[in-house]
Amino acid sequence: MNTAPMDRRSFLRTTALAGGGLVLGFSLGRTAEAAEVVNAAQSSSGSTEFTNAYLRIGKDGSVTILAHKPEIGQGIRTSLPMIVAEELEVEWSSVKIVSAPLDQAVYGWQGAGGSTSTPGSYHQLRQAGATARVLLIEAAAQTWGVPADQCRADKGRVFHDSTQRSLPYGELVAKAAALPVPDAKSVKLKDPKDFKLIGTRIGGVDNPKLVSGLPLFGIDQKLPGMLYAVYVKCPVFGGRAVKANLDQIKRLPHVKDAFIVAGTRDLNGLMPGVAIVADSTWAAFSARKQLNVTWDEGEAANESWTAFVEKAVELAKGSGKAVRKDGDAEAALGKAAKVVEAEYVYPFISHANLEPQNCTAWVQGNTAEIWAPSQNADEGRNLISTVTGLPRDGIKVNVTRIGGGFGRRLDNDYMAEAAIVSQKVGAPVKVVWDRTDDLQHDHYRPGGYHRLKAGVDSNGKLSAWHSHFVTFGNTPDKPGNGAGLGADEFPGRYVADYLSEQTVVTCNVPMGWWRAPGSCSLAWVYQSFLDELAYAAGKDPLQFQLDLLGDKEFPAPANGRGVPFSSKRMKGVLQLAAEKAGWGKKLPKGQGLGIAAYFSHRGYVAEVADVTVTQDGTLKVNRVTAAVDVGSQIINLSGAENQVQGSVIDGLSAAWLQQLTYENGRMVQSNFDQYLLLRISDAPPVEAHFLKTDNPVTGLGEPALPPLAPAVCNAIFAATGKRIRELPFSKADLSWT
Amino acid sequence: MTFKLSVNGQTHTVDVAPDTPLLWVLRDHLNLVGTKFGCGAGMCGACTVHLNGQAVRSCQMPVSAVAGQKIVTIEGLSADASHPLQKAWVELDVPQCGYCQSGQIMSAAALLASNPKPSDADIDAAMTGNLCRCATYLRIRAGIHRAAEIAAAHTEAAK
Repeated sequence: MNTAPMDRRSFLRTTALAGGGLVLGFSLGRTAEAAEVVNAAQSSSGSTEFTNAYLRIGKDGSVTILAHKPEIGQGIRTSLPMIVAEELEVEWSSVKIVSAPLDQAVYGWQGAGGSTSTPGSYHQLRQAGATARVLLIEAAAQTWGVPADQCRADKGRVFHDSTQRSLPYGELVAKAAALPVPDAKSVKLKDPKDFKLIGTRIGGVDNPKLVSGLPLFGIDQKLPGMLYAVYVKCPVFGGRAVKANLDQIKRLPHVKDAFIVAGTRDLNGLMPGVAIVADSTWAAFSARKQLNVTWDEGEAANESWTAFVEKAVELAKGSGKAVRKDGDAEAALGKAAKVVEAEYVYPFISHANLEPQNCTAWVQGNTAEIWAPSQNADEGRNLISTVTGLPRDGIKVNVTRIGGGFGRRLDNDYMAEAAIVSQKVGAPVKVVWDRTDDLQHDHYRPGGYHRLKAGVDSNGKLSAWHSHFVTFGNTPDKPGNGAGLGADEFPGRYVADYLSEQTVVTCNVPMGWWRAPGSCSLAWVYQSFLDELAYAAGKDPLQFQLDLLGDKEFPAPANGRGVPFSSKRMKGVLQLAAEKAGWGKKLPKGQGLGIAAYFSHRGYVAEVADVTVTQDGTLKVNRVTAAVDVGSQIINLSGAENQVQGSVIDGLSAAWLQQLTYENGRMVQSNFDQYLLLRISDAPPVEAHFLKTDNPVTGLGEPALPPLAPAVCNAIFAATGKRIRELPFSKADLSWT
Repeated sequence: MTFKLSVNGQTHTVDVAPDTPLLWVLRDHLNLVGTKFGCGAGMCGACTVHLNGQAVRSCQMPVSAVAGQKIVTIEGLSADASHPLQKAWVELDVPQCGYCQSGQIMSAAALLASNPKPSDADIDAAMTGNLCRCATYLRIRAGIHRAAEIAAAHTEAAK
């Protein structure tokens, strides 16, 4: 995944607006050159238009904050502007939020992924707000002829308390804009104990529009003269259209055009397909029912899930590529007091965004304008440029609100489809996928197979580990997106004799980033297996993990390689979750608690699941208690709780219910009657406890998801004695006597 | 074919194929895009509207079957987002991505109209047809309870 480096150099500037306001630009650009280009472009324009600003204060005192990241439900359009408003000392109710333009030369990466938005922006946005505040205070101090340090800012005004004078920001912007921008290091940020906005509960800025049904999403876009298209792909991945009854389709009422698109070989790019363009969505959908295509299905038609598992079982018996090798795992296994062996397997699953993939494009000559629900729109612009031949600079992309991201929209195949169809028909076109398109042409969370063997010593301590992960890739030896395994995967580095191997099986299934990529599956395998080992060692699972963690600390390596890991932080969330959930309490048979913890996306999260399984095997998740350490500060408490609750229930939905069946190169399931999402009646109460630690503030879109599946499976074991080693666990017989 | 539709108190005439689902008439022809497309099969609830006061899936209603009947969409639930559910949704910050929420609110509005003080079990039964991919279910439940309170306070104040 493309993520901007954490240590971006930052640049500040002010520009006097034609209208007399103060624009404080705060560039997150990666290079000085980028910032200079922007500065030059702006100083020459001299208009109210600006491209690298995070805030604007008008002469009338109006405050506008620009949200520079895509809103996919993670609440970033609210939480990032809160940071600016906090340091600027303005009342939230007086702030207007608008979307920043897509311009990565100014803002750095404008994608939403990897829970990077908060850690990547927190300090810089504070700096942006604080610098404006300092300038406004200086402007007031000069106006009054008093020292700036006798003045303070609050609620959009600067005060000089000893003379009981105050001025609103609007009256200070002209003077402030003419002042030299202070050096970033000299700008004092607020003491977090003085925060008034950060850490409170703020509702999403778009909520009033959402509850009124106003157009916000990609699929809601409409242009004058716009046509509506479907883009039909081969059900077999990588297959291409040889011929189709295009003449018949074109004669259907309301159909404007129909044609074959050659597409590319890029499984995450523009796939080959047949476009049908009509004057309404339903006309296009209806025409599609009449479409007959002769497909060249290609090599994927020979692939299936069952064959993969058979192959994986065999491959896992041999050796794979060593991902990590410490000491001598085999010798240590030979000396272990107890050895446990297990196989874990999980299927491909879909993102199933509720807003189906869609995009609106208008290609005119050498230029294009795009309206896209994309998490990674700049990459989409590159893809469009590649497939249409349009110059990148001629492609303007408007990022809409997004009806669920979950990582699917880090890929931009739907953008390429809309652009290529619009280019062909010479009109604005909206491409909309139906649910079957969406489930059968996702870029899937990879399935996988793990063979694990580990030993505990006579003290009940983990003493030997050997794991072999058989995973998928689209090219030999390279795991697909979200299918990899890192050398530092826990408990790597915590066991002296440790061998982790990986083998990649080639397939044609497009793979993509799925919320907490990799971690979402690995957490289930590793945290479930550690629970098995705890029981084998005769230890309480919580105590087993605490003992394993010990006092080791792995700070972020100076060379940037490798993953930091703090046992202290992990133990902190484990103990908090256990305490809040009443870990250790006596429960009736059929009820159990399970615990799991995981570090991902810079966040430490432990969860305790409380489940009841009736004798006939009916599962109810009674409650999930989550303890979360994402650093020293929660930005928006309402949004943070929403993310934890959503992640937990999303994780439960995936582990309990979700499976795609891969047969003859195609996914079988076509709608929500076959591909199940958890519904309200099965949603357990989720408690979110935030453990604030003296660490950088990090993101929450993902880290609360991975621990859920193992916590629930471990709880099922505690309740029934049945160990879940295959997902989804709706397939398991949980009955007990 | 032309059909006369009564949507949010206004009469519209549309010229579409008789099998066109109400969903697409609303979205493409009447520019009422608050009603969402999710599955096209009546399984997700994103397209929920009121037909004569009942919550229905507009993707499953051919326009020919609903002509002349009273249709209310999210845009017509209130003139100014003042319906107790709309207020409660904003107050409790229910949405994440927000895509399903107009359907959730329309289903909930039909529930509250017939059951002003629903229990958790009533809510689960009435709302089980509405998927939320972001899993805001806990706040949806809380939001319906809160809306019931707001509505009750209104009723009390009006006495």
